[in-house]
Amino acid sequence: MSAFRNAIVGSLLLVLFSTCLVDQAHALPAFARKYGLRCSACHEAWPMLNYFGQKFKDNGYQLMNDRDSPIWQSNGYWPMTIRITPSWHRESTDKVAVDQTGGQQRITAHGFDVGGLDMLTGGTLDKNISFLFVLSSDENAQFHFESVNARLDNLFGSPWLNIKMGKFELDNIVSEKRGLTLTANGGGFQLYHFVPVGDNNFFGAIGDNQFGLEWMGHSANDRTRISAALLNSSDGNVDLPGSNTYTGFFAGSQAFDVGKLGTQRVGFYAMVGQAPTNFLTSGGPEFPIAGGGFGNKSFSRYGFNGIFYLDKLDFQVVTQHGSDNAFFATSTAAPGPLPAGARSATWNGAFVETHYVYNPQLIFIQRSEWIRMSQQAIPGTPSNLGNIDNYVIGYRYMPFMNSRAGFAFHNEYSWIRQRGGAPDGSDLTSNSLMLGFDFDF
Amino acid sequence: MRRLISNASLVLTAVAVLALGSLSWAQVTKAEEDQRLNMESHIGQLTGHAMAAKGSYRRYCLGCHGELGDGEGENAQWIDPKPRNFTLGIFKCRSTTTGTLPLDSDIYNTIGRGIDSSNMPSWNPLSAQQRADLVAYVKHFSARFVTEKPGTPIEIPKEPELTADRLKTGQEVFQRVECWKCHGPSGRGNGPSAATLTDDQNRPIVPYDFHDGTRFKCGTTDEDLYRIFMTGLDGTPMPSWSDNIKPDEAWDLVFYLRSLQPMKSKEKELARQIGLKPGAPSAAAAPAPQQ
Repeated sequence: MSAFRNAIVGSLLLVLFSTCLVDQAHALPAFARKYGLRCSACHEAWPMLNYFGQKFKDNGYQLMNDRDSPIWQSNGYWPMTIRITPSWHRESTDKVAVDQTGGQQRITAHGFDVGGLDMLTGGTLDKNISFLFVLSSDENAQFHFESVNARLDNLFGSPWLNIKMGKFELDNIVSEKRGLTLTANGGGFQLYHFVPVGDNNFFGAIGDNQFGLEWMGHSANDRTRISAALLNSSDGNVDLPGSNTYTGFFAGSQAFDVGKLGTQRVGFYAMVGQAPTNFLTSGGPEFPIAGGGFGNKSFSRYGFNGIFYLDKLDFQVVTQHGSDNAFFATSTAAPGPLPAGARSATWNGAFVETHYVYNPQLIFIQRSEWIRMSQQAIPGTPSNLGNIDNYVIGYRYMPFMNSRAGFAFHNEYSWIRQRGGAPDGSDLTSNSLMLGFDFDF
Repeated sequence: MRRLISNASLVLTAVAVLALGSLSWAQVTKAEEDQRLNMESHIGQLTGHAMAAKGSYRRYCLGCHGELGDGEGENAQWIDPKPRNFTLGIFKCRSTTTGTLPLDSDIYNTIGRGIDSSNMPSWNPLSAQQRADLVAYVKHFSARFVTEKPGTPIEIPKEPELTADRLKTGQEVFQRVECWKCHGPSGRGNGPSAATLTDDQNRPIVPYDFHDGTRFKCGTTDEDLYRIFMTGLDGTPMPSWSDNIKPDEAWDLVFYLRSLQPMKSKEKELARQIGLKPGAPSAAAAPAPQQ
């Protein structure tokens, strides 16, 4: 056993060491290739944006010099990037229902694997007309449109007038789409997808890209940002699967220079919408008739967020108060009837993600996330049912830094507990360990 | 065999001498480097420290300007115009007289504004402190900032009121000092000398096309334009005209050049009203500009 452990440790060290020896190469993702800037110019560590990268995005993928239009590019330039992450990972869940032996038991699976593929192209069609197209697959190469949008930038010469239409990442300064974590249990932000136990509202996922129309404005140096979006209540699904309902998403933030500490940003977001609880097909939203949803009920998610720098440390903080109408919260198709005493489900949550940027090529990550139910839909339900605690630690090491390609040795561990989530009603815990080669070109 | 040993000894000695030499050079360079990393910048109330900018330079600047600040970063080969070589201590955008070092605020403004018609973007999303630190770091690459003081900023008189006469005089100045030789008779950057121009490192360089750009390399305002041709763009063929153009004439030239630009402006409108068109070069000889 000891020999086996030594072999594993030795192998991991060998992998780490070999990545350290990789020489500098010249190959790059789309935007860096266009502008000749290193990944680190726009990304704190890719894909997380820094302030310069955020401004570049807010300008419609333009540096706002005279070379933004594609006519400045060589005919051979094709703004295409791929990203994929082969990895070894281990997933362990402590209480899984099994029918061979009966009851529940801990199940652990580990081995070599691959995550989904992102094929991304974006940039400008002309000066101040930009686009983004992301085709993503799951690990079985089943593709879907992750992002498809075009944007009119700086209308009437004003950075306060930018209009985007299509399927896009919500304008959230702490975006899950640019998260640095990758494991099954820690890759996403729980807060951006949370629904209480027994709740069937999947329309309020802030972490998912959504179809809609967005207005976004920002100051010249991007210190002030504000946006409002009108979204389909369809969770980003195509073919109008829900009813003819809409959701609003609003965000704003202000950044401040605080001397040597850096630039601090504080903001807010709010998602308020209506979505169907009933469908004309017995399969519900799984087998939709476009426009065939009805029994629309409301939901909301709102909170404060911020990005705070302390020299090489930065903290991303997000809070949330969420509320789902009683029909959602009890999975009841309107007009009902509702279970006796049913009421809206509400919760509060927060996470703090910390990065220690040792240098642009090595970043250490931790995230601590907590979600607490403040009101259960059914009176008498244990008050902590569905509460979530999630902790993630990891690091990304990028052995080279240039304007042609990205490669990161990614190592991460995450742990999550959901109160009352096990088949027998006790707490459910899972953990993930991952060692991956995350690369894009 | 003895000869073989002798040759080997010679080779080893040569290698040792070269190694010691390079070690000595490295030590001096390291000492200088350490000394220069104490470099500071002062912009208003801000004090920048070179040491504090090492990370920012690596993150934002190194890809083009290179680890040594010599403009030979990995992207330099793809970039036109080439990134600035900081070791020379020569800067285009200055408020100071030609040939002198810029003020710290000049470098600070360049970082925040970017340089139009080049790959240098505006870095104004960086905090003021980060930019001040980067100014100090940029300075540390050149020994000039150890041995020399910045030059004296030129004085810019108050902008006069635009008149038709001033606009016409501006065109005459454009012809008299032969701006057209590089910038072209109509200011399109296609003068007879345009194809032969090189920068101070003998690399081809193109003159500014006034009909194409709404901004200039060193700013966007009338004062910025005035400053450009009175200080010159050091390191480029654009000389300082401060000895050849009187301040009043310089403002006239500003008005005329504004009338050439593509955006709407009062100068453009006035030029249209009086029927002023970019003219053919006159035969008048130009005085030699100050280099």
